[in-house]
Amino acid sequence: MSGLTPIEPVLLARRGKPNSASLDTYLADGGYASWKKVLGGMKSGEWTPAKVTDLVKASGLRGRGGAGFPCGMKWTFVPPKERRGDKPVYLLCNADESEPGTFKDRLLMEVDPHQVLEGMMLASFALEVKHAYLYIRGEMVHVAEILEKAVAEATAKGFLGKDVLASGLDLDITIHRGAGAYICGEETALIESLEGKRGHPRIKPPFPAVSGVWGCPTVVNNVETLCCVKHIVDRGAEWFKSIGRNEKNTGPKLYCVSGHVEKPGVYEAPLGVPWETLLAMAGGVKGGRKIKAVIPGGASAAMLTAEEVENLPMDFDGVAAAKSMLGSAAIIVMDESTDIPKAVTNIAKFFAHESCGQCTPCREGTPWLHKMLKRVVNGEGKKSDLDLLLQISNQMGNGMTICVFADAAIAPVISGITKFREEFEAYIAKSSQPDFALAAPEDVTNKVAERTSAGIHS
Amino acid sequence: MSGGQNLPVAEQAGNPRAGEHGALSCGRTLSFSTETRADFDRLLGRYPTKQAALLPTLWLAQREWGWISREAVDYVATLLELAPAFVWGVVTFYTMYNRAPVGKHLIQVCTSISCHLNGAGEVYTECRKRLGNLSPGEVSPDGKFTVVEVECLAQCDKAPAVMVNDDDYFVITKDKLDAFLGSLK
Repeated sequence: MSGLTPIEPVLLARRGKPNSASLDTYLADGGYASWKKVLGGMKSGEWTPAKVTDLVKASGLRGRGGAGFPCGMKWTFVPPKERRGDKPVYLLCNADESEPGTFKDRLLMEVDPHQVLEGMMLASFALEVKHAYLYIRGEMVHVAEILEKAVAEATAKGFLGKDVLASGLDLDITIHRGAGAYICGEETALIESLEGKRGHPRIKPPFPAVSGVWGCPTVVNNVETLCCVKHIVDRGAEWFKSIGRNEKNTGPKLYCVSGHVEKPGVYEAPLGVPWETLLAMAGGVKGGRKIKAVIPGGASAAMLTAEEVENLPMDFDGVAAAKSMLGSAAIIVMDESTDIPKAVTNIAKFFAHESCGQCTPCREGTPWLHKMLKRVVNGEGKKSDLDLLLQISNQMGNGMTICVFADAAIAPVISGITKFREEFEAYIAKSSQPDFALAAPEDVTNKVAERTSAGIHS
Repeated sequence: MSGGQNLPVAEQAGNPRAGEHGALSCGRTLSFSTETRADFDRLLGRYPTKQAALLPTLWLAQREWGWISREAVDYVATLLELAPAFVWGVVTFYTMYNRAPVGKHLIQVCTSISCHLNGAGEVYTECRKRLGNLSPGEVSPDGKFTVVEVECLAQCDKAPAVMVNDDDYFVITKDKLDAFLGSLK
């Protein structure tokens, strides 16, 4: 059996069931069995934190938040007790789902909040956490209410709180609402925000596993990642590994398909499902039209052309090989009627609005990209604008800033202009602006100084 | 962006700029009601530092007063032993804290990419037009409506998505706009 054989839903198995968010139905469906199993096997030594971590490592689970970092490995970065001393370890569940095109974590929390909590509990056990936080987007007011209710139910049943299920362990979970800031999905910005500050990403190292929230070792995991942890403890690492394209891309995965498709929605499939299969799940392109471009991993991912997505394995390595990224698996389909320059301008506006303002290249660059793109689509572009946009983009990314926001902001601009340049040029051809080419800035400088850079530096 | 905070202070008619940190004054001294105060006390027990309770405390303040005025900033700062300027810095960083009063129905239209591809741009413009040519963030003369753009609401499969106060509305296309606006009393 191939790892790509269609699967019965795992993470979304309880979607559509009546009252799926309630504790009673969760228990009736076998929920919290793993939590009871692990805590019950604690005293005999059958279950240890190391055993849970090893299971997660062996499963090959890669983080579902965007970067695809191996989850078990992330956990092992937390220093052992002898090195961290009395400092508590914190687990933060990243539910700040804000990447345009992503809506899987919201669904998981709405449909099955106890699944999320059980994942957090098991991860807390593995990491010896006494207090875990779930940081949820401010906009998801009602989802936060569902989670609050779930925490209260779980606490009342003794699954959380002091001396959980008479194991001697204490564990609390706090639901913490954000207040509207895309950047807080970046793990160090999330930490800053939880501390009650502006969400400015931190310089790394130190990594959160060593020094995170309140200066303590901290693990930040995405909602879907933690849900996977629950199922790995339920069914074992081998089972998890049996799903997926290869040993580096394992497990069930939620794909958010939106844009121009017949049936937009969240689809669960083995990680690495071919593009065509996924598109068929979403009912194909709207109105039977042709695809012009696909964004495979949310607004931060480079666009792919119809040819580039053909037969593409939709997993971390497959999409990376096509020079884009799976990210949060937010697949945005754009059909042949799509105005690419306008779509790119829309995305550029998003990033200009959401830059945290900490690093100059990003704070200044993102609004400039948006302004220039707006000028192009408003019919006021200059011939030189496209190269200037690419030049500015190249000065913003690749390690010029503290976090990868700037890289995210330039990916759609660079891919849009390079892959669909003729559409941008068509706008410029109709432009009302005088048609002149601006010399590259360094040439201007050299002309003013009447010298060449070669002469200065040799 | 939400809540009309993008209007320059000078444009907020009848709301004189007050205080060194730039927040608008509501013109009265504020303190939490007994119920909110109890919620606040509960909050403190959830975090190892007082400062960590800042975002949730600001939520309580907004629930109580509808927006974050200079007096609210000062009050929250006192409660959490923080500098008012620091609190104001946090308020201005996050888009969901209203820095000026908003209408009874704060209509937030998602215009991010998936909604954009499904006509959200037009819905946003049309929505403001039909409510009497409202500027982004402006409160309608009857105090009922404020319309703003909002970033991706994670409802991309039900585009265009709109949020009114805390509630989600789905597939608000241009032709459904009149019925949708009519449902907001």
